[in-house]
Amino acid sequence: MIVVNGEDSDMRAGEPVAAALARVGLDVRARGVAVAVDGEVVPRAAWETFALDGDARVEVLSAMQGG
Amino acid sequence: MADTLIPPLTIAGRQMHSRLLLGTGGFPSLELLAEAIAASGCELVTVALRRVDPTARGSLMDVVAEAGVELLPNTAGCMTARDAVITARLAREAFATDWIKLEVIGDEDTLLPDAPELLRAAEELVDEGFVVLPYTTDDPVLARRLADIGCAAVMPLGSPIGSGMGIRNPYNIALIREAVDVPVVLDAGIGTASDAALAMELGCDAVMAASAIARAQDPVAMARAMRAAVEAGLLARCAGRIPRRTYATPSTPELGLPDFGGSPARVS
Repeated sequence: MIVVNGEDSDMRAGEPVAAALARVGLDVRARGVAVAVDGEVVPRAAWETFALDGDARVEVLSAMQGG
Repeated sequence: MADTLIPPLTIAGRQMHSRLLLGTGGFPSLELLAEAIAASGCELVTVALRRVDPTARGSLMDVVAEAGVELLPNTAGCMTARDAVITARLAREAFATDWIKLEVIGDEDTLLPDAPELLRAAEELVDEGFVVLPYTTDDPVLARRLADIGCAAVMPLGSPIGSGMGIRNPYNIALIREAVDVPVVLDAGIGTASDAALAMELGCDAVMAASAIARAQDPVAMARAMRAAVEAGLLARCAGRIPRRTYATPSTPELGLPDFGGSPARVS
C-alpha cells in the first residue's frame, strides 16, 4: 500500500511521485512544495521519473504559518 | 529606511536593516499577517513545513513574496535530530534556501529544546552546508557549543514558546552575548514591547517574535510596537546607560541656589 500524507491510496507500485502530488491536488509546477519518500527527499527534477515502491510512504509538504 | 544610528545586522553574509524577525504562526488571517509584516519592518519571516492541505485558502508563499521579505523555514514540531535534518532538507528543496531555523523539541509541555539532539542535528546540517540558526535554551555553554560547530547565529529563549513570560534569566542572555561571536537572536517568550527592548539592552543583536504579535489584540499595532522596541533597546545599549545608584544625584547644579530666608534648614 502506498501511503500519501498519512492516507492509504490505491496507487500502484511504479507510479511516479507526480501521481502522488496529483492525489493532494498539486502538479509538478507547484511552488514551495517538497516531497519525501520513506524519509528521503525526492528532488523536484525527479518527480516525474521517480517510481514509487508498493509500500512507499510519501510526504508532500508545503509552507504553513509557523514559528 | 536605513537609520545611521542603527547599524545593519549581518548573519552569514546577509545584511539586514531590521532587528526584528517575525514568526508567521498564530495570525488570525493572511491579511493581518501581511499588515503586520509591513508594520514590523522585518526582512525575515519564519514558516513551517506541513502536509499539503488541499482545502487551504490563500497562499502564505504569495503573502511573503508580495511583502518582499525572505523566508526562514523552521523545523517546528521535530523531536529528534533525524526528523529535524530531514525537514531541513525538505525546506531547502521547497524554498530554495540554505537557511534553517533549527528547532528540536524535547518536551511537549514546555517545548524546551532537547540539547543533545539539537547539537547532533546542528552538526549534521552545518556539514551539509546549511546556514543553521538554532533555537536553544538560555544556557551559555550550549550556545557556545552551537557556535563552535558552525551555527550562523544562536537563538536563546527568554522563556517557553508562546508563554509571554519575557526574559526569565537576563543574566544568562547577557552571558550568551559574551560567550559567542555569532549574532544572538532572542527567541521565544517575548510578551510585550518592553521584553524586546530588554533583550536588545542585554546585548542581543535581534529579537524574534511570533505569538506576542500574532496573538495580541491588535497584531498590527503590536508589530509596530516591537519594531520601535528593538530599535529603542539597541539605541539605548549603544548609547550606554547610566549606572544604577542607591541615592539620588541632582540633575540641576546646586551652585547659585538662592536663599530666601525662613526656609527649613537644608539637609546636607
